[in-house]
Amino acid sequence: MTLHSHTSSTWFGRLRVNMEDLTPGAAICLCFLIIVFFIGIFAPWIAPYDEAQILTNDSFMPPSAEMWLGSDYLGRDVLSRLIYGIRITLFLALTISFISFLSGVGLGFLAAAFGGRIDNWMSRLNDALLSFPSLMLALIVINSLGSSFMVLIFTIAFIDMTRVYRVARALAVNIMVMDYVEAAVVRGENKWWIICHEILPNTVIPLAAEFGIRFTYTILFIAALSFLGLGVQPPQSDLGVMVKENMQSLLYGEYTTLYPAIMIAMIAISMNIFVDWLLLQSGTKLPEEV
Amino acid sequence: MVSSQLLKVRHLDVSVYDRKGHETKIVDDVSFDVQPGKVIALIGESGSGKTTISLGCMGYTRPGCHLTRGTVELDGVNVLDLSLPDLQKLRGRDITYVAQSAAASFNSAIKIDAQVTEIPIITGSMTSKDAQKKAIQLYKSLELPDPEHIGKRYPHQVSGGQLQRLMAAMAMISDPRLLILDEPTTALDVTTQIEVLYSFKKLIKDNNTAAIYVTHDLSLVAQIADHILVLRDGKIVEYGNTEQIISDPKHDYTKALMAAAHIMPDHIQAPMIKPAEAPPIIEVKSVTAAYASSADINVLEDINLSINPGETVGIIGESGSGKTTLGRLISGLMNAKSGEVLLNGQPLSPSVQQRNLNELQQIQFVFQMADVALNPRQRINKILGRPMMFYRGLTTSEANKEVERLLERVELQTEFAWRFPAELSGGQRQRVNLARALAAEPKLIICDEITSALDTVVSQQILDLLESLQNEFGLSYMFITHDIATVAKIAERIAVMRLGRIVSQGMISDVLTPPCHEYTQLLLNSIPEMRTDWLDEAVVERRELIKAMEA
Amino acid sequence: MSLLEILVKRLLLGLGTLLFVSFLVFFGTEILPGDVAYAILGQGATPELVEQVRERLGLNEPFHMRYWIWLTNFLTGNFGTSLANGADIGVEVSRRAMNTLILASCTAIVAVPLAIILGLMASIKPGGWIDRLISSVSLALISLPDFLVAVILVSIFAVKLRWLPAIASIRPSYDFFDWIRILILPVMGLTFTILAHMVRMTRSAVLNVLSSPAIEMAILKGVPRRRLLVRHALPNALGPIINVVALNLAYLISGVVVIETLFNFPGLGRYMVEGVTNRDVPIVQTCAMIFCTFYVLLNILADILSIIVNPRVRYKK
Repeated sequence: MTLHSHTSSTWFGRLRVNMEDLTPGAAICLCFLIIVFFIGIFAPWIAPYDEAQILTNDSFMPPSAEMWLGSDYLGRDVLSRLIYGIRITLFLALTISFISFLSGVGLGFLAAAFGGRIDNWMSRLNDALLSFPSLMLALIVINSLGSSFMVLIFTIAFIDMTRVYRVARALAVNIMVMDYVEAAVVRGENKWWIICHEILPNTVIPLAAEFGIRFTYTILFIAALSFLGLGVQPPQSDLGVMVKENMQSLLYGEYTTLYPAIMIAMIAISMNIFVDWLLLQSGTKLPEEV
Repeated sequence: MVSSQLLKVRHLDVSVYDRKGHETKIVDDVSFDVQPGKVIALIGESGSGKTTISLGCMGYTRPGCHLTRGTVELDGVNVLDLSLPDLQKLRGRDITYVAQSAAASFNSAIKIDAQVTEIPIITGSMTSKDAQKKAIQLYKSLELPDPEHIGKRYPHQVSGGQLQRLMAAMAMISDPRLLILDEPTTALDVTTQIEVLYSFKKLIKDNNTAAIYVTHDLSLVAQIADHILVLRDGKIVEYGNTEQIISDPKHDYTKALMAAAHIMPDHIQAPMIKPAEAPPIIEVKSVTAAYASSADINVLEDINLSINPGETVGIIGESGSGKTTLGRLISGLMNAKSGEVLLNGQPLSPSVQQRNLNELQQIQFVFQMADVALNPRQRINKILGRPMMFYRGLTTSEANKEVERLLERVELQTEFAWRFPAELSGGQRQRVNLARALAAEPKLIICDEITSALDTVVSQQILDLLESLQNEFGLSYMFITHDIATVAKIAERIAVMRLGRIVSQGMISDVLTPPCHEYTQLLLNSIPEMRTDWLDEAVVERRELIKAMEA
Repeated sequence: MSLLEILVKRLLLGLGTLLFVSFLVFFGTEILPGDVAYAILGQGATPELVEQVRERLGLNEPFHMRYWIWLTNFLTGNFGTSLANGADIGVEVSRRAMNTLILASCTAIVAVPLAIILGLMASIKPGGWIDRLISSVSLALISLPDFLVAVILVSIFAVKLRWLPAIASIRPSYDFFDWIRILILPVMGLTFTILAHMVRMTRSAVLNVLSSPAIEMAILKGVPRRRLLVRHALPNALGPIINVVALNLAYLISGVVVIETLFNFPGLGRYMVEGVTNRDVPIVQTCAMIFCTFYVLLNILADILSIIVNPRVRYKK
């Protein structure tokens, strides 16, 4: 509350985040996200038709009883394509986020805890990698190795990992200088104990927020790649591909392309609002917004 | 209309509201007067509301606080009723403020002169030239070095004590009727403190300004205040003139403050000489040390020290003396360049990583600030239980029982075991800090300024606890502090450090009673005494001492 | 360390980074499974023909030799020829780079001042209606995929209202006003994306400065609001704001790629995407190198400006 604040306040925030304190906005977003995940997991059972099934010869039929959102440019059911698109987008985004997160946090904490030369070299390497615009890196790798799921997942995870490393390391470094870590060091604790019992509990909430941010970023990134034709390849299609394939018809007044585009936006906005609420509630701040 | 009171504060209330809308009063029904040219001191511990009241006199509240009731009349005009533009006319001109930390309050992007002369210039009350001249005059009267040019620098190029005085110049340049000083010397070194205090006193008297002096230090305020207002939890405890309150405090709380004040005991007793039954626990032999980053500058130079079982050794020094470094070196957080440290006669491995469990267990370290020394995400029973399991191999259930006993021993309720540190008060956290060191069952506890951040009453309680623990467990303490008055209460032997060397050590009665080493004398000279005429004498004595030291 | 030493160190670090980046670009594009020669000639080519092509392309040299040759070529402006049609890349690149530069500059000129102004407006009264409006709109915008905004803009202005063209191809005969018509939608699309990020970060940086003790002191001195913001707060916020702007301009580099593709704008971004789609390695290498160089240079500039703006570094004790 006061301006002359303690050293302890910014990173650690309040101890527990009360779910009862959910603002209506944050609550709606959380529900939406849960619903969307539900759709993604149970897509094959929810979607009325198969994603590749061509139902009619007429493209861009208006919404009807059989096809609630009408048909796309090939005559396939837009709703089913949308549902399967959500599934693929979420699958990719979650997998990538998990991989990048686990590796980024692990390495970041390691660097902060061991300090010295290890930290120096790892961080320099990371900084050098960070000096590469992410889209460029992705394009270069895709150029060489193609756009299979494996390539996409590991490339984007690698790019993301560099960002997560930076945030995790910054959080951990701020904790390492605290007296309670020194108390553990002077007791004779080893680095692993310090990472697990001293650093980790204090970073759970900022890391959760960071996960949300990475997730959003990944979704947008994949969508952009798919939109360029370099992301998910047919026969699979994610939301980005859906936007791309229906986009030309926008010029002729067919607005089908907006469905997947807005769905991407809604997922991203919900996650962002929720993360903002989380950060506000717990009084934490993240080191940098990149 | 000339009234006899410059400032009349009546029934002032300030509240904060939490997220659910519940109101908590941080200032409750406070009333006092300030006469022209007189100084009133607002005394209290942290949380007493003294800063809030002083800011309230300017019509300002920190974010989250609200002035809910009361009037503040400056020469008949209610400050709290004024609009913001009118308030702005008042601030910086009629009422000015000197903050606690000059380093934080000066804008690092603007030159000092520009900040000092800003208000008179933008209000048009002085031309730029005149303001500049007056500023230099003020610098001279505040005894700042190089008064003609010091203002042309940036704040970070100037020392802390000098910045504090520059802030005073900034406050006085518009000839205010009321000056508010908010703990202006707290952030300074002990020896710098009296010089700055003296400068303020002179400035106030020369200009016949009225002043509100906010502090927690009763002895300091006796030098400068005409009236004293004692505050606790936002309420007035006692109010009267200085002489009367010091010689005859009425309220119990005031009496407790007086007793706990950091003044030297009148007579330092020679401690009972214990026969040397056992060899010293710790012997430091010819230790020299430096930081890795600047290996040619020695932070410790040829240190020789020993600590006997059951003894308290005080290590005194100002910032930069190396006292904390010595403590860290003995704990193994830092290596020595040369020399060695012996534990029970055996050479001690230099760093924590090399020591065995037994060596680690015997020496425990307690940090200064309990709120960063305890992991906010660990419950108390984990914080206290870990050393037990680590050193003594207890199981979790055994440790839990032990934790309860330990909490009782440090006079805390056993329910605290399930709480997080944030749910405890500052004093309670420091007890937990201490308990953690005890949990290891050590022979020596190194206390690094453990009472410096605490309120005077609470810190007295901690000292009492330390003593009773020592009597029960036969512990030795290495008590590191900058405050001689504190160490005189509990130490048997003492070492005075300056710039990495020990300049004087021995029995406390030998070291602190004259004739002492000149540096020790300088330190002793800086401790305020509870009489109103101490300051002027002290400053004169200090200047003579410094001249002698430099000769 | 003096100011000059710090700056020189930073520059040297930047050069080292550029070298590293060039290595990554080269390495990344040369780790093809399979062979470039086969990719050109098709799988059914005879071994002798393949060998000829490999000789010609210098593919038989050891890796570091090829890297060195490529690097020196690049630095002298020899970008090679397209694998697809043999056209000289240099000519194409210079034309397109100019277009992209125009697009990016227009965006920067529009977005940066607007973002700073909006960010300042939002931070003057935090929690007030202006702030909440700006903050929520920014939050929404940063969640949108780059192309969505552009798609919506196209559907409104190009399809519904028919005011502006949806496709931004450029003919040599175009004059200044044609250029403006072409550029409006792409620039708007790009602007929205980086605007939101910059506004949020500017607001955050300014609020940070406004809650500092030095500002509280100025308030207690009675400094009027306007002067407080301009003379006291802004100089301290300048460093962080510069950082924010540079970071986002760097981000612009990626944003250009998507927008150019969407609008069919003949810029470097679209060229690169075509290169990747066609596995045209020299094009990809050249474009990547150019983009990355700008990115690194912008970061270096941001660092240097932040250092210069900070008086603690400028004037040592």
